[in-house]
Amino acid sequence: MAPQNPNSRTRRKPARSSAARTLARPAQMPTRTASPASPNAVIEFRGVSLRYDNGHAGLDQASFAIDRSDFVFMIGSTGSGKSTVMRLLIKELEPHEGTIRVAGRDLSSIPRRQVPFYRRNLGVVFQDFKLLPNRTVYDNVAYALQVTGHSRREIREKVPDILRLTGLSTKLHNYPDQLSGGEQQRVSIARAFVNHPPLLLADEPTGNLDPETSIDIMRLLYRINRTGTTVLVATHDHAMVDKMRRRVLEISRGRVVRDEAAGLYQRDESTREFATRMRATGERPEGV
Amino acid sequence: MRPKLNSTFNFGFFLRESLRAMRRNAAPSFAALAAVTVTLIVVGVFIPIVQATRSAANGVRGRVLVDVYMKDRANARADARVLGELKALPNVKKVVFESKAQALAQQRRQDPAAFALISGNPLPDTFHVYPNNPNNVLGIRAAIIGSAKRGASLDREIAKVSNQTQNTQKLLTVTRFVTITAALLAALLTVASVLLIGNTIRLSLYARRREIEVMKLVGATDWFIRWPFVIEGTIVGAVGAILAIVALGVAKAVLLDPLANNWTLIAAPHTINFVALVLVLVLAGIVVSALGSGLSLRRFLRV
Repeated sequence: MAPQNPNSRTRRKPARSSAARTLARPAQMPTRTASPASPNAVIEFRGVSLRYDNGHAGLDQASFAIDRSDFVFMIGSTGSGKSTVMRLLIKELEPHEGTIRVAGRDLSSIPRRQVPFYRRNLGVVFQDFKLLPNRTVYDNVAYALQVTGHSRREIREKVPDILRLTGLSTKLHNYPDQLSGGEQQRVSIARAFVNHPPLLLADEPTGNLDPETSIDIMRLLYRINRTGTTVLVATHDHAMVDKMRRRVLEISRGRVVRDEAAGLYQRDESTREFATRMRATGERPEGV
Repeated sequence: MRPKLNSTFNFGFFLRESLRAMRRNAAPSFAALAAVTVTLIVVGVFIPIVQATRSAANGVRGRVLVDVYMKDRANARADARVLGELKALPNVKKVVFESKAQALAQQRRQDPAAFALISGNPLPDTFHVYPNNPNNVLGIRAAIIGSAKRGASLDREIAKVSNQTQNTQKLLTVTRFVTITAALLAALLTVASVLLIGNTIRLSLYARRREIEVMKLVGATDWFIRWPFVIEGTIVGAVGAILAIVALGVAKAVLLDPLANNWTLIAAPHTINFVALVLVLVLAGIVVSALGSGLSLRRFLRV
């Protein structure tokens, strides 16, 4: 395999880190990289490179794998390539080199016409929420179901459920511009999760939010993660990441420079414990 | 991943979506509607004008012909022979014979006073030769008088061939110019209307490009996104066409019909009839708007 070098470099690190979590599954060992796919990997990047037309490197030989039900942070400064990873995962961009597998399926094997069907298996959350401004909260969430051809009855059942989960039951008939940023992001998450996709991608989900609201959003993502959904969150908020104590992938100039499980935490921590810990550790370091 | 293939065409949903979009984006929808209406009114006025112009020009061109005058001594046999020869020429549509007597009667009717002074009949037997196409009239004339070098005309019993080369030339040039201009204007107008409607639609799509982006992100297929836009275009086109037709109908009833009774040009026989015009306008409005929406959308679907 061409991307042998970066593979071995980035993958040995998790193996070294003596975190409570067994991150380095056998399939991720350098010796086994030639095998088709890590059996448990939901996302697998192998030697993925992408250059933008202006010569700027989006990604440079990036390799990593994310297991099912993982909660992974991707950090890096602006322009480091986080968003490129996200856009590659939703197949908005095609890599120039390397292969990307999602749930074992090579993304390059998905024909253009099948992309919408592929995307229905992903939930995507953005910094700017990307809500439809002329639809109510209810309709915004319902749209994701209408697109996939759900019946009205199913929609009437599912949408209130997900809005209850995200704490928006009272805002059903409000329009996005009548909501706070945090509430809008909750709607966006509700929309992303209403189909119960196996994979949720969040690109700077707290970028526009204040610290307290950010914790709420992270808590919500964590709750979703606990239902078995794999969650990948891109952020530049180091403080937040440190407190979350989850696996962290750091990207710099398109390269994966760090990949480690960031610490000691109980895997089956409840969301309440999680929130308490988030608020307790550090005296508002995110306000710096 | 499990690809759910549910491309059931849910017309009710698409219709509701397009109506909702029109309600929410009232301003762009109104702009598109206005563009369609105005354009169709202009087209609706212009189609009959172009047709009237063309039929008038063709009427003038239809009168282009060559007169062949026989020698005075020509007898019936010579006439019959020449008639055959003229008919055998290429590009001749028909030949009409006018005998000395007929010509005299005709002239007498036009100017009884002058012909009362004349005794006898100074007029020759005449053939009116009509070309199949006005542009061929000069070629026919040349064939009859023969080339200058040969000096021999078609038949020695022919005395003279009418010489209206200059007039005919002018007439042909002018009418051709009029016809081409009318056709060109019609083409330009069509292109302008398509561009205008297309642009207006594109503008309203541009205002909604974020919406389209979101739709793509949640996994909507291209056609799922497109259908409401196409239906919206159809509705806008149909409503615009109906408005234009109402305006045209009122204008026709109020302005044209009273005039048509005493002014024959407007009631020109070859203009399109109103029902056909209505059909053309409705179809054009719907097709252009629906296609315009569907095609303009392509740009925004590339995500």
